[in-house]
Amino acid sequence: MTSPTSANNRLVLRLIAVVVGMFGFGFALVPLYDVFCDITGINGKTDNKAAVRTVDEIDKNREITVEFITRTNSGMPWEFRAETQKVLVHPGEVNTVAFYVRNPASSNIIAQAIPSVSPGQAALYLNKTECFCFNQQPLKAGQEAWMPMSFYVDTSLPEDITYFTLQYTLYDVTARATDLMESDNPYLRQPVSGSR
Amino acid sequence: MTKATETLMPEHTAAHDNLSHEHDDHEHHGAPKGLMRWVLTTNHKDIGTLYLWFAFIMFLVGGAMAMVIRAELFQPGLQIVDPNFFNQMTTVHGLIMVFGAVMPAFTGLANWLIPMMIGAPDMALPRMNNWSFWILPFAFSMLLGSLFMEGGGPAFGWTFYAPLSTTYSSDSTALFVFSVHIMGISSIMGAINVIVTIFNMRAPGMTWMKMPLFVWTWLITAFLLIAVMPVLAGAVTMVLTDKFFGTSFFDAAGGGDPVMFQHIFWFFGHPEVYIMILPAFGIISQIVPTFARKRLFGYASMVYATASIALLSFIVWAHHMFTTGMPVFAEMFFMFATMLISVPTGVKVFNWVATMWRGSMTFEIPMLFALAFIVLFTIGGLSGLMLAITPVDFQYHDTYFVVAHFHYVLVTGAVFSIMAAVYYWLPKWTGKMFNITLAKWHFWCSLISVNVLFFPMHFVGLAGMPRRIPDYSLQFADYNQWISIGGFAFGLSQLIFLVLVIKACRKEGEPVTSQVWEGAEGLEWEIPSPAPYHTFETPPKVK
Repeated sequence: MTSPTSANNRLVLRLIAVVVGMFGFGFALVPLYDVFCDITGINGKTDNKAAVRTVDEIDKNREITVEFITRTNSGMPWEFRAETQKVLVHPGEVNTVAFYVRNPASSNIIAQAIPSVSPGQAALYLNKTECFCFNQQPLKAGQEAWMPMSFYVDTSLPEDITYFTLQYTLYDVTARATDLMESDNPYLRQPVSGSR
Repeated sequence: MTKATETLMPEHTAAHDNLSHEHDDHEHHGAPKGLMRWVLTTNHKDIGTLYLWFAFIMFLVGGAMAMVIRAELFQPGLQIVDPNFFNQMTTVHGLIMVFGAVMPAFTGLANWLIPMMIGAPDMALPRMNNWSFWILPFAFSMLLGSLFMEGGGPAFGWTFYAPLSTTYSSDSTALFVFSVHIMGISSIMGAINVIVTIFNMRAPGMTWMKMPLFVWTWLITAFLLIAVMPVLAGAVTMVLTDKFFGTSFFDAAGGGDPVMFQHIFWFFGHPEVYIMILPAFGIISQIVPTFARKRLFGYASMVYATASIALLSFIVWAHHMFTTGMPVFAEMFFMFATMLISVPTGVKVFNWVATMWRGSMTFEIPMLFALAFIVLFTIGGLSGLMLAITPVDFQYHDTYFVVAHFHYVLVTGAVFSIMAAVYYWLPKWTGKMFNITLAKWHFWCSLISVNVLFFPMHFVGLAGMPRRIPDYSLQFADYNQWISIGGFAFGLSQLIFLVLVIKACRKEGEPVTSQVWEGAEGLEWEIPSPAPYHTFETPPKVK
């Protein structure tokens, strides 16, 4: 039989361990949340890396409508629009859509585009082979660019999804990405398909 | 070791050894005199009193902020305060009422009552007890002080959703974060103390299933506290680093996600609302049997229901977030899990009613508050069920219907239970019966005004009035005038309570017996009234 003091101490230590563990758990929720959303695709988050297309199969029997929405976060002065509001695609087929950006401000600005897919489950089946959203995009004052995004819809897309929306929001990340300040946007002079 | 200690049961030495020996000299006398008594005290009764007074002061401060809110909303248009200050009032009102009034009041009751109910001489960790109280005034001075800073205090709602609390908040957010840290540490220390006391310091014969329900509900609450307060601390820390140190936990531009804030917050937030109601269930379960003169119906089912509510509280958090665009299966899951909670809650309400069934009921003041609690808390529970239904929640979300719901469960639920508890145990604490005439005035004024205050909120909410706005459309004007009148009346009614408590603390009134109430049973009713400074230095016999 141990003395009551050590019984108290033991219990207190265990409870403190729970407290520390739960504090850690609060932070562990951050990666857990991302992993959970990545696996289930319920957050409408698309992969941040270029997809490698392995099969060439194109499902000509299905037609999916992909709609594009562009917006800029508050305080972000750029003009931002997609060359087309929506495209009809067959699952498996690679499409490229160009997005127009212009920096009307008198200062150089670096942007980061964040994608979001609705309905969220569709995010798992949207594969991008190239996207301006993979990198931060600098534009000097007054510059404009057409930025490409190439994607294909996975052929295993569930039957009930026939229409989905891909939204990009542009954020001003100049403050935290100063190393890009002097570099030119890679899409600056490069004409991309569909640009006018 | 003094002679007195040797006669104590082994459990008591546990508490005693945690005391420094300098304190031994006044440990076994009455209360020391002067201000330092309160600063240095390690006595559970003193600390309980400190907590209760602190909670009462905070209740009045938070209430004064509610008066500002209701004065602004008396008419449509902006007339008294500017919108930024209005937002600070709604935010700080919520924070103060949750962390400054309801939670410390319950901790105060726990300090006073748990040792007396389980036959322990004091809390297990008396010096930590002192510490967990005395950091609270600093936390709330910081929070209230931030209101006077440039840019104002926190104005993002008590839920401090990112990016409101990160990108768009004033610099005083750092003060908010640190004050929440301190409140959290205080609650965690209080909870650890409660758990250790209940585990290690029960009198011989006080088995788990003989513990009074107030002790049971507090034990479960304490486990909820140590499980979720650290998560809150994590959430505010992330807000702090997002705002000031360039991290992007909640900033989409940096790869974070603002919706994740809501998940983390409500993972804390939903257990938190049960932290504020489970001790209330315990209080009502003590009071109803006394004045029905019957044993509590379904004691074991009460314990299991409390534990079920606590467990379920961890899997329902996203019902606060139905409109964030969750997939349908998640909405269904959280909807049904939430509705499931009404089963153990229904068990409790059923048991209270069954306890009164064919009892010899009398309607003393604590019973009046307990009955008001049962009826009005159930109204709040039913509006909670309405909110749990996902499709209709899209209409109710962020409207005054939600405000009505949580004020029914927190004001006529938690706060009424605290008032019932104060009326029930005050004669035991002071040794004198409180002024019953004043108490009746307090009860009836509060009961009527609180319903004038909160009931019409259901209607304006269903009609579409959003919460947290300083101005509103003209069609809501009539209801809002009624609500404001009810609000002022409820606020003034609490001054009656203040006068009553001050009179009671000055030991005015008729002396009471040790049992105080005819039907009262339990260890705390076997010691003299007023409860001596030290009780159960030798453990009682528990039948």
